[in-house]
Amino acid sequence: MKFGTEIVVLGFFAFAALVAAGFGVDGPFRQHMWVLFFALTGFTAILMRNTELKPVAPVDPSAYMDGPIRYGAVATMFWGVVGMLVGVVIALQLAYPDLNIQPWFNFGRLRPLHTSGVVFAFGGNALLCTSLYVVQRTCRARLFGGDLAWFVFWGYQLFIVMAATGYLLGITESREYAEPEWYVDIWLTIVWVAYLILFLGTILKRKEPHIYVANWFYLSFIVTIAMLHVVNNLSMPVSFLGSKSYSAFSGVQDALTQWWYGHNAVGFFLTAGFLGMMYYFVPKQANRPVYSYRLSIIHFWALIFLYIWAGPHHLHYTALPDWAQTLGMVFSIMLWMPSWGGMINGLMTLSGAWDKIRTDPIIRMMVAAIAFYGMSTFEGPVMAIKAVNSLSHYTDWTIGHVHSGALGWVGMISFGAIYYMVPKLWNRERLYSLRLVTWHFWLATFGIVVYAAAMWVSGIMQGLMWREYDEQGLLVYSFAETVAAMHLYYVMRAIGGAMYLSGALIMAWNIAMTILGYRREEQPMPGSLAGLRVARSGARR
Amino acid sequence: MSDEQIDDISGVSTTGHEWDGIRELNNPLPRWWITTFYVTIAWAIGYTIAYPAWPLLHSATKGVLGYSSRNGVNNELAAAEAGKGKYVAAIESKSLPEIAADDALREFAIAAGGAAYKVNCTQCHGSGAQGSKGFPNLNDDDWLWGGKAEQIEQTIMHGIRFASDPDTRLSEMPAFGDLITADQIAQVSAYVASLSGKVKDASLIEPGSKVFAENCVACHGDNAKGNREFGAPDLTDSIWLYGGGETAIAAQVRGPKHGVMPAWLGRLGEAKVKELALYVHSLGGGE
Repeated sequence: MKFGTEIVVLGFFAFAALVAAGFGVDGPFRQHMWVLFFALTGFTAILMRNTELKPVAPVDPSAYMDGPIRYGAVATMFWGVVGMLVGVVIALQLAYPDLNIQPWFNFGRLRPLHTSGVVFAFGGNALLCTSLYVVQRTCRARLFGGDLAWFVFWGYQLFIVMAATGYLLGITESREYAEPEWYVDIWLTIVWVAYLILFLGTILKRKEPHIYVANWFYLSFIVTIAMLHVVNNLSMPVSFLGSKSYSAFSGVQDALTQWWYGHNAVGFFLTAGFLGMMYYFVPKQANRPVYSYRLSIIHFWALIFLYIWAGPHHLHYTALPDWAQTLGMVFSIMLWMPSWGGMINGLMTLSGAWDKIRTDPIIRMMVAAIAFYGMSTFEGPVMAIKAVNSLSHYTDWTIGHVHSGALGWVGMISFGAIYYMVPKLWNRERLYSLRLVTWHFWLATFGIVVYAAAMWVSGIMQGLMWREYDEQGLLVYSFAETVAAMHLYYVMRAIGGAMYLSGALIMAWNIAMTILGYRREEQPMPGSLAGLRVARSGARR
Repeated sequence: MSDEQIDDISGVSTTGHEWDGIRELNNPLPRWWITTFYVTIAWAIGYTIAYPAWPLLHSATKGVLGYSSRNGVNNELAAAEAGKGKYVAAIESKSLPEIAADDALREFAIAAGGAAYKVNCTQCHGSGAQGSKGFPNLNDDDWLWGGKAEQIEQTIMHGIRFASDPDTRLSEMPAFGDLITADQIAQVSAYVASLSGKVKDASLIEPGSKVFAENCVACHGDNAKGNREFGAPDLTDSIWLYGGGETAIAAQVRGPKHGVMPAWLGRLGEAKVKELALYVHSLGGGE
């Protein structure tokens, strides 16, 4: 019977959620279990409507399994728009505090919704679907484990829904980028181990003699995130029917564990994972060989060895012992070149195809992504230097830095990969419109420039105002005055974010129309082969 | 599988591997890249020798420069204190009139009071000391407890209605909602509002003045000019802590709000309080 086991298991867990909703010891937990109950019941109902008593048709073991990848591409787009929209909302809340709607939509609850939404929901789905796409094609093997990929996809979406609704209900561990409480953490651990088995199993049954560099990066991302997630979330629940837990660590040890996690979430989720994406989609889209195999080996091992030590630079000038601060700083400096190895390999892969920046907006997007990657991975080590950090820390400079990496690198490389993948996944000849990609590119680029420039200027201003003493050694500005001075930049930031969001909306439209099978009749891109043909025929006429 | 090819465009050979059509060129590591990488490693080794870095069993290497961030902070604080030290010591030992008489000392005290004001007072009284509803404006000459430097100092030291300080300034206007009728409250509110502005129903003023004479003059005075002994506000000057107009006045008569200001002496020390008193005194309304 189709979906037989799934229906039974889901039905059981839906019942368990209902019991927990009844017996939970605190209000938010009971509400959260109602959310879980409705999600699982809805899913069970959908499966029951689609079940058949006939045995399931056998699958062709040599064909690639692209169903979860198609769903993943759509989920990436959906969560991307949601996460970025929440980002614009909280940017406006900072500029206009009256927009805080208590209690569910105040800044404190929406901010983790934004960060988790863009990092884990948008970025995570992009990594999930591209990694499964890439690993099958570079191993010439179908995904391992039958329907395991479906479990990983839907399990991950359930994690996102539970994390997001938990934030709005006020359930949080207060650990940055690791806010979900213990029961959601346990669920993510199960899903993540399944993902590791799925990915590793596919690599093990590969028909290629060597493992492609993109898969090294994806695998390092999956393994390290598993380790980081488990260790940072070691905690003791107050009750197994309650939403509160206490960390296994305390004081400065807890802070260091958190920033060991936090920095490597950047390092392995947002850097290594997306480098894997770059190593497949850039050579494919440019149709050029990767620039240097040797560089890819050296910068891979150097990157993963050095990144894991850099976390203490988030705790400069705190209770963290001096020796740990020093190590965090020097490892961050040594990380500069290993990070740039990826930039060199990405950009130099385009040698011999530079003309495509003019004619192919997808390549343009990828090149911009790599350029922002290079800029952020230079800025990061600079900000890790203690003297610089004493100015930049706790200011909006950090926010600017994060967004030049997140919007520029992570966002743009994911957009490029999705634009490449979608026509192939749905057997479309081309995207609905390349001109819309150009619109997306310029909106996103200008959006990032406005955003990052506003945050750099305001962050440095903020840091300078905080530390401003007059010649008598007296403080010059009150904190409220520094907040008032930020207003204009907060407005600019919201405008930059809104531009970036509108680019993503154009993309969502473009992708939806491509999936639905439409093709926009439009002038080919100037300079492209098709464009030249049109220009020549026009001249002849 | 060895399938090395020469790439047409770059002239470099590939490694012979191929994945889904992707090949890799056999380019060497860029010279500038590997050199810079080595330089950062060498710098890192040097830096970890100079500064505290390598963990040992029970402690960590101290670094040859002898740096510690704790000492760094202490040195910076000591240097800042050394610059201000002689002024602060003088302010501590002298009385407010003595400080006010010494030009250099007075100027320093006012500047230092302004800095302390930014950190400790802006939250309630505003960046420009303009106050807001419930928090008095400190720029005007309308003082609840007195505008002489010593009176201001007393207020800052011990606070207002600050329960844990026995010397705190205390005043408690009764809730007249329990003592007089609703009509009387409307009348007295109209009378008080009429002292500084217009009222809707002028016929209430006359009976209101009688209610006032029976219940309010003990603290606010015959002429409603207030009394600083009890922190009773002047009701004639159109400056309102909790809002003017009959409705807001009636609410205050019925069940008055009693604001609290903390006592600052224990937290800031004598010199800082004197500086703050002189700063607030200098804002324009000082007497």
